[in-house]
Amino acid sequence: MTGFDLIAPHLPVLTVVIPLIAGFLTPIIGWIDRRLPWYWVMLAMFVVLLIAGNNLVTVINSGTIHYKLGGWDPPFGIEYVIDLLNGFVCLIIAFIAFMVSIYSKESVKKEVPGKTTPFYSVFLLLITGLMGMTITGDIFNFYVFLEISSLTAYALIAMGDRGDGVVASFNYLIMGTVAASFILLGIGYLYAVTGTLNMADMQNLLPGVYDSKVVLAALAFFMAGFSIKVGLFPLHAWLPDAYTHAPSTASALIAGLMTKVGVYAMIRFMFCVFTPAFVIDVNMTEILTWAAALAIIMGSVFAIAQSDIKRMLAYSSISQIGYILLGFGLVNVVGITGGLLHIMNHAFMKCALFLVAGAIFYKTDIRNIYQFKGLGKKMPVTTTVFLIAALSMIGVPGTVGFTSKWYLALGSIEANQWIFVAVILVSSLLNIVYFWRIFDNIWFGHPHEIENIKRDEAPLTMLIPMVILGILCVYFGFFSGDLIEHIFEPLAKTLLGLGGVP
Amino acid sequence: MSRIQESVIIRTVVRIMVPFIQLFALYVIMHGASGPGGGFQGGVIFGAAIILYAMIFGISEGKKKMSDALDKILASTGLTIYAGTGLACILFGGMFLQYDAVPLLPDPAVVSKYLIDLVEIGIGITVLAVMISLFFDVSPPEPEPEEAEE
Repeated sequence: MTGFDLIAPHLPVLTVVIPLIAGFLTPIIGWIDRRLPWYWVMLAMFVVLLIAGNNLVTVINSGTIHYKLGGWDPPFGIEYVIDLLNGFVCLIIAFIAFMVSIYSKESVKKEVPGKTTPFYSVFLLLITGLMGMTITGDIFNFYVFLEISSLTAYALIAMGDRGDGVVASFNYLIMGTVAASFILLGIGYLYAVTGTLNMADMQNLLPGVYDSKVVLAALAFFMAGFSIKVGLFPLHAWLPDAYTHAPSTASALIAGLMTKVGVYAMIRFMFCVFTPAFVIDVNMTEILTWAAALAIIMGSVFAIAQSDIKRMLAYSSISQIGYILLGFGLVNVVGITGGLLHIMNHAFMKCALFLVAGAIFYKTDIRNIYQFKGLGKKMPVTTTVFLIAALSMIGVPGTVGFTSKWYLALGSIEANQWIFVAVILVSSLLNIVYFWRIFDNIWFGHPHEIENIKRDEAPLTMLIPMVILGILCVYFGFFSGDLIEHIFEPLAKTLLGLGGVP
Repeated sequence: MSRIQESVIIRTVVRIMVPFIQLFALYVIMHGASGPGGGFQGGVIFGAAIILYAMIFGISEGKKKMSDALDKILASTGLTIYAGTGLACILFGGMFLQYDAVPLLPDPAVVSKYLIDLVEIGIGITVLAVMISLFFDVSPPEPEPEEAEE
């Protein structure tokens, strides 16, 4: 029996505990030497990445992992459950967080001078919250982690642009607290009706009380709360400011992960606490698809009007969240496969785009896209990554964006909702409009002294994660067949209760 | 210095009260496993005692008792105690925080009791440190060093 065998059964809890301990030890590490926290965060994130990868492999090989905290049997104790869905979301969180942690070194030094240690401390706690939300099988425990991730996100955003960052963070705080209250109310209602907090137990008990108005109210509260959390269109007001004014590193992390985990939670509650049949029966999925379609169009339209690159990307995020939710709202296997695929793809693309925006800001202090003229010559690698990720956003064949949009369109056709195919097409065209302005400025814009522009690339620690994400955008564009066949399609079938993986 | 801070009665009462508040906090922490109370409540009371002291005797005086560095160390230590206890349970073959797996004493129930107390202490330390640092963070900077007394 090796040491690994000893620790292997405890890996689910370590996914959450390691960033938690690391986060609280960061102040001491930073106190010893101010340069150390970066290495420390990278180390912690690397370990978490390995653990998350191992968890997913275990789930694929031997089914769902149940971990009883403190040895208390569910439904009385808190249970951590890793199945294919959250194993996969955890891996994405760990991967993006690792990439962003590598990237963060120079960017944090420049944008939050003198506060690098608190920044990294909060960074790790944010990962703790997100991991916990994803991994837990207990809805109250879920709420606690939701609060951890929200509070840390407010703190990270407030460290951004002086003044604006604080206002954005305060707006988000108000909206986020309203959302959290809705979710807590929903949890309270469900607890009152069923007397349990365990998700699996609740799913067994709920069908008996589906005719109760309380359950309906709980579902409405959850959907409203999560809609605010993910920034679904009419409730998105906090999102553009928060993404724009946060430090670049935090923007990339929050844009790449926060909304994804919100979407994951929405799915988890819709399909694994309630049953798909019930959610369809009360027309929640119908409402979701139309709201998502609206978000797709409006997000793109607003994005066209922006001149700040980060604000533009934030509006584009609103539209992309629409794609993911559209897939789930369609409730057929193809649509959900597309939605799941888009969770992964959007994490890669949006993270890469925000990292690029941060790198450009680091080198030139420019965020206005009309001043990007000549950047293609100055920062060729960075702008190439931008090109790849942006093409992927548009959905050019050969990139990840195409695959997920293709599945979403097929899902819409299967659901006989041709209008959503039109929505996807129109939105792709709008995407071309707003990204083309940037391409145009970067490569074809001629500042007066074009000859004098020297190559001045971002530092290596920034380039590596960006390039890796860019490569992944293309790699999964060509080779996502295996993933879809072995993970996403069985997963979609399981979520709909059609069998598949246990 | 405001009038309240100058009051001899308040200064004396606070000076006498602070140790008792802290003692009460320790009682609440240790009592957490078997009655109302616990690490969070106890930590808040303990933090409140030091905050009270700092309010009356001045922020800089309070910081002498509880420096920023000490604050950071305490905040980290508390959580390390908590997580360390949980990890110790794993080392002895139990689940995370499964106290009765640790073979400290023959009776697992007694081990549970003491380890729960340990966890409560850890939580209490972190909470008190964070409470105090929150107070110092939002407190206005000290006016100017005391002027010559008349």
